[in-house]
Amino acid sequence: MYKILSKKNLNPTVTQMEIEAPLVARKAKPGQFIILRVDADGERIPLTIAGIDTARSAVKIIFQIVGATTEKLNHKQAGDSIEDFAGPLGVATETKDIQKVCIIGGGVGCAIAMPIAEEFRRLGAEVTSIIGFRNKDLVILEDEFKACSDRLIVMTDDGSYARAGNVTVPLKELLEAGESFDRIITIGPLIMMKFVTLTAKPFGVPVTVSMNPIMIDGTGMCGGCRLTLTRGGQKVTKFACVDGPDFDGYEVDFDEAMSRSRMYTDFERAAHAETCNLFAAEKEG
Amino acid sequence: MAINTKKNPMPTQAPEVRKHNFEEVATGYTVEIALAEAQRCLNCKNKPCVSGCPVNIDIPGFIGKIKNNDFAGAIQIISQSSALPAVCGRVCPQETQCEAKCTMGVKFEPVAIGRLERFVADWQLAQPARTVTAATPNGHKVAIIGSGPSGLTCAGDLARKGYAVTVYEALHKAGGVLVYGIPEFRLPKRIVAQEIETLRRSGVQFETNVIIGKTLSIDELFEMGYEAVYIGSGAGLPMFLNIPGESLKGVYSANEFLTRANLMQAYLEHPVTPIMKGGKVAVVGGGNVAMDAARTALRLGAEKVDIVYRRSMEELPARHEEVEHVIEEGINFHLLSSPMEILGYCDETDARNPKNGFVTGMRCQQMELGEPDANGRRRPVPIPGSEYTLEIDTVIIAVGTSPNPLIKNTTAGLQVNPKGGIIVDEAGLTNRAGVYAGGDAVTGSATVITAMGAGKRAAKAIDAKLMKR
Repeated sequence: MYKILSKKNLNPTVTQMEIEAPLVARKAKPGQFIILRVDADGERIPLTIAGIDTARSAVKIIFQIVGATTEKLNHKQAGDSIEDFAGPLGVATETKDIQKVCIIGGGVGCAIAMPIAEEFRRLGAEVTSIIGFRNKDLVILEDEFKACSDRLIVMTDDGSYARAGNVTVPLKELLEAGESFDRIITIGPLIMMKFVTLTAKPFGVPVTVSMNPIMIDGTGMCGGCRLTLTRGGQKVTKFACVDGPDFDGYEVDFDEAMSRSRMYTDFERAAHAETCNLFAAEKEG
Repeated sequence: MAINTKKNPMPTQAPEVRKHNFEEVATGYTVEIALAEAQRCLNCKNKPCVSGCPVNIDIPGFIGKIKNNDFAGAIQIISQSSALPAVCGRVCPQETQCEAKCTMGVKFEPVAIGRLERFVADWQLAQPARTVTAATPNGHKVAIIGSGPSGLTCAGDLARKGYAVTVYEALHKAGGVLVYGIPEFRLPKRIVAQEIETLRRSGVQFETNVIIGKTLSIDELFEMGYEAVYIGSGAGLPMFLNIPGESLKGVYSANEFLTRANLMQAYLEHPVTPIMKGGKVAVVGGGNVAMDAARTALRLGAEKVDIVYRRSMEELPARHEEVEHVIEEGINFHLLSSPMEILGYCDETDARNPKNGFVTGMRCQQMELGEPDANGRRRPVPIPGSEYTLEIDTVIIAVGTSPNPLIKNTTAGLQVNPKGGIIVDEAGLTNRAGVYAGGDAVTGSATVITAMGAGKRAAKAIDAKLMKR
């Protein structure tokens, strides 16, 4: 069992928790992920690590409540425990030879982008952060990004806070104005990462994307998280769990990844509704 | 008394009944059948059967005890050589091992050694208050990586000698392929749980959720005071066909399909882990894993299951008994047939159509057998113009697995062969001092009992080495 050390709601659908996991905390690096199960007989879900506090053996996770498992997790409180917490899995984000970096986060993806921005700041790189949200109510981690970025641009799709528009708008402006980044690192919805890659392409800036496909074991055993890359004109299959989660944005087949991410949409929707009903009945009863 | 020339048949659930449930297909010998079958053993002096067993169980010895109604004595003899008798009695390919060497088998059917092993193992598991006592500690620590058959055997043998043994498992549950791979109807999970409980009571520690190579490295295990490490991490990496369409929704590796169904219990009525159920299913491959996947799909409610295999029935690598069960359950074989492409739904006019990207069919071509390949198996050769399309909703690829590279990638200097298998000597020692390996991590996908044999040899070598100090 793994104890929940703290819990904080970042917005109505996004929650932050710190989990006590000494072995994971000792090894974890920004960009890696963990797999958890909330209770016995529960589903295994992957979550990218949102921060590490080695002194307290704490691993921070930030998750959006989208399905039955995240709903159940959100009903747990500080002091409660969860059944399983395994990691760190995957390869850490590459930071070598990068002096000037642009970090682009979208929605809950900002939770993963933030420790990466912090890591670059710690290494002495110049950090530009662009973070985007659907609206004002969903903005998270603005202060944290401010603290670790040389320049921070906040966007909302509907213009209800900061600048209106999506993250590719300021990226394009910066690149057109002659800004040169050693690398762009983007984490968020697949469609956003696809368009960040397309925006950067004419300028030849390398793009790293963080993929978060459906997974079970996280150790390369099932192949459910496979992606198709185009490398040197050849199509190759890679597993996000062991080869990633970071990939070269120019190589990833985003359309296929988006299609695969919708494999169980109906099941997930029904399971989430059922879980919500159970919690509602419990409350009334 | 005339000799019974045939094995006593194994009682099974009727095919029409069992294809709709996940309960065990073979229900096991009764006492009467076991006694009758034991009488068939000639108790040969030279014991040819023992040489056919990878863990060298004293087979005539335990069968002799059954003849005398001494089931406790029988299981005691088996336990000296095997940590997992209830598992082996169910999943070993006896027809190519002990039973292939049986003297009775020269003229008649061999003694049903596997069924008798299962009988006594099940008899013991059913006894109340089994007392398992931990051996006197000898003060030495050994770490085992992976809780599959190979690791469990190595752990059991060392614990019996007084070693402090810790088994590290990457998943949340111990058992490896016995819990994620082999289905409930062939190896009930309670049997595996009981065997693991026996090991736990004999002093073996289990640490789940620890991925060696990620959470801890082999070097760190030595720093923690372990004097030897045994790698039994299996052949976890699924192979694909590398044909177009393999990333469509509805295409699974057998590992993924079976893990969802077994470990994650997607077969339950209200599962928490989803799986595609029903429809028309094609399984590509001819091994035991392919048979398991096909029968699992059938039990999940498939209206039709086809096994697509590129050679003929004679070359099918699966156990005979499993193939018989598959045929009885009404699963079809498309033999001498090889997939060329998996086809998917694509609505040109509506990119948002939710059916887009799901499997609709598989293009296959007929093969004929040509010259034998390096392994002596006749190589399948395509017949031009023989292409046909199978209408399919789900495709399960069961064409083998390769060793998991996680440990190789994180252990400096550990030598592996071109296929990724860890290189070891006869005793299971790798090129790194104190690091042993065995099972599928060394050989690539093989059988439970071969992996157990490797675990056993390594335990012996580790003991010899540490006792010399």
